[in-house]
Amino acid sequence: MLPLIGILIVIAGFALRFNPLVVVAVAAIATGVAAGHATVDVISAFGKAFIDSRSVPVVWLALPVIGLLERTGLKERARTVIAGIRVATTGRLLLAYLALRQITASLGLTSLGGHPQMVRPLIAPMAEAAAETRWGELPDHTRNRVKANAAAVDNIGLFFGEDIFIAIGSILLIRGFLDQNGIHVEPTSLALWAVPTAICAFVIHGTRLLLLDRSLRAEIARGGAGSSLASVTQDDHTR
Amino acid sequence: MITLEFVNVLMGLMMAGIAIVNLRDRTYKKRYNNAAFWGLYAVTFLAGSYLPNVVNGLLVIAMVSIVAVGKLGAAPPEQATRAEREVSAARWGNRLFIPALTIPAVALLGTFTLKGFSVNGVPLVDPKQVTLISLGLATVAALIVGVIMLRPPPSAPMIEARRLMDAVSWAAVLPQMLAALGAMFALAGVGPIVAGILERWIPLDTTFAVVATYTIGMALFTSIMGNAFAAFPVMTAAIGLPLIVHRFGGNVVTMAAVGMLSGFCGTLVTPMAANFNIVPAALLELPDQNAVIKVQIPTALMLLAANTAIMYLFVFR
Repeated sequence: MLPLIGILIVIAGFALRFNPLVVVAVAAIATGVAAGHATVDVISAFGKAFIDSRSVPVVWLALPVIGLLERTGLKERARTVIAGIRVATTGRLLLAYLALRQITASLGLTSLGGHPQMVRPLIAPMAEAAAETRWGELPDHTRNRVKANAAAVDNIGLFFGEDIFIAIGSILLIRGFLDQNGIHVEPTSLALWAVPTAICAFVIHGTRLLLLDRSLRAEIARGGAGSSLASVTQDDHTR
Repeated sequence: MITLEFVNVLMGLMMAGIAIVNLRDRTYKKRYNNAAFWGLYAVTFLAGSYLPNVVNGLLVIAMVSIVAVGKLGAAPPEQATRAEREVSAARWGNRLFIPALTIPAVALLGTFTLKGFSVNGVPLVDPKQVTLISLGLATVAALIVGVIMLRPPPSAPMIEARRLMDAVSWAAVLPQMLAALGAMFALAGVGPIVAGILERWIPLDTTFAVVATYTIGMALFTSIMGNAFAAFPVMTAAIGLPLIVHRFGGNVVTMAAVGMLSGFCGTLVTPMAANFNIVPAALLELPDQNAVIKVQIPTALMLLAANTAIMYLFVFR
């Protein structure tokens, strides 16, 4: 039971809003110590685990070029493009990206999306611009809601598209696990059984995206007075 | 042969550059903290493969201590004003998309073609890491295209990378830290302990109870571990195979495929899946670090219900 202390530390630390990086590091070391290993061995195992996971943050390599393009006006250009498309609303735009992300991920093209490469420089500014074209300058909390939705679409499209591709990590993991248990399955049949969930994901989240337009409109109508108040307090902060 | 070490060196050089930009920014209050944090991170990339594990562990502990004790500084302001960017955007037009789209284009091209090349029988690129190495190459290619096209001052890419990296701040390291936590959980045998608790406390005598326990358990355990890949072997060994497949005669393919997707519903709702949930909130400069999770919760719950229904309806056919 003692090794579960790591889970407790994580839940308590996140709930109490301590810095997550610190919480997770403490939980990792506590888990090792609680499992009865010597401190030096725990630090070694922790160091090795961290070094072995160095490929996880590889997307950050896109930052120099993305930053350079932002400085040259990439976000502004993305806004202009969307503002020129009359039928584009935030919900419809994100629905189109959801479909694109699911379809490309299901073909194994998972690197066609991602938050640093696609969402920050392109999808989020486009989603904001679609709302601004209709309703003018957005109050801060509405703008943040649009951005959060742009990030969420990238995740949902990826998760419920990629499993239809036969050579993706999760399918390989399932096969590997079942092989160890003496059961052989075909990757194509596993991929086939990801299709019903993919359709459900598109219908459920797609519906929510179309409802998002209405909800944003209501929010802006309601917040007419409130938003100018918000911008006053915002100014106070910057001073 | 190009191996993952190539990507590590690129990451190390970029992190070192970010540390140097921070150090040279005299107007920036927390410049020493940020420089030390990214500098230590650079060392783990450049020298991590050669240092003893215990030294690597101490480097990571030092990074975490900087965050815990000294705190990191917030993102520096943009170099170009909004008006300047508007002018530049009008000047370059849609050509601005070319370097941005170079990243996915080259990454895909590399993934498909690089496997085929070999020099004297040795593959040019480590076949197991083609995707990651292609992504690394793609970012370099995109930067070259961007620099040739836009002719910025030589320091601009690094200064801009630093602006974005300091906006994401410590959250940039969180996914990797969570992967390390997962490895420590595995070392300490956390998975089997949790599965044991589930088995002991939940009555599993009807097919619906078994299916629902498996799908909801996958989602819950994934949200604790932050990763469906960690939850799948544990939950499937505890409930999926022995109960759904062996006792009630369910179809192993349906069980496994829909089970994994139930886990993904858990990924959508947990801060532990930092690279999908916390990092984008930081990257988009949202004040609420759980803003992305809050958007995803309704979809995750409805989809978990849909997965449970799909499995219940089809797994026993």
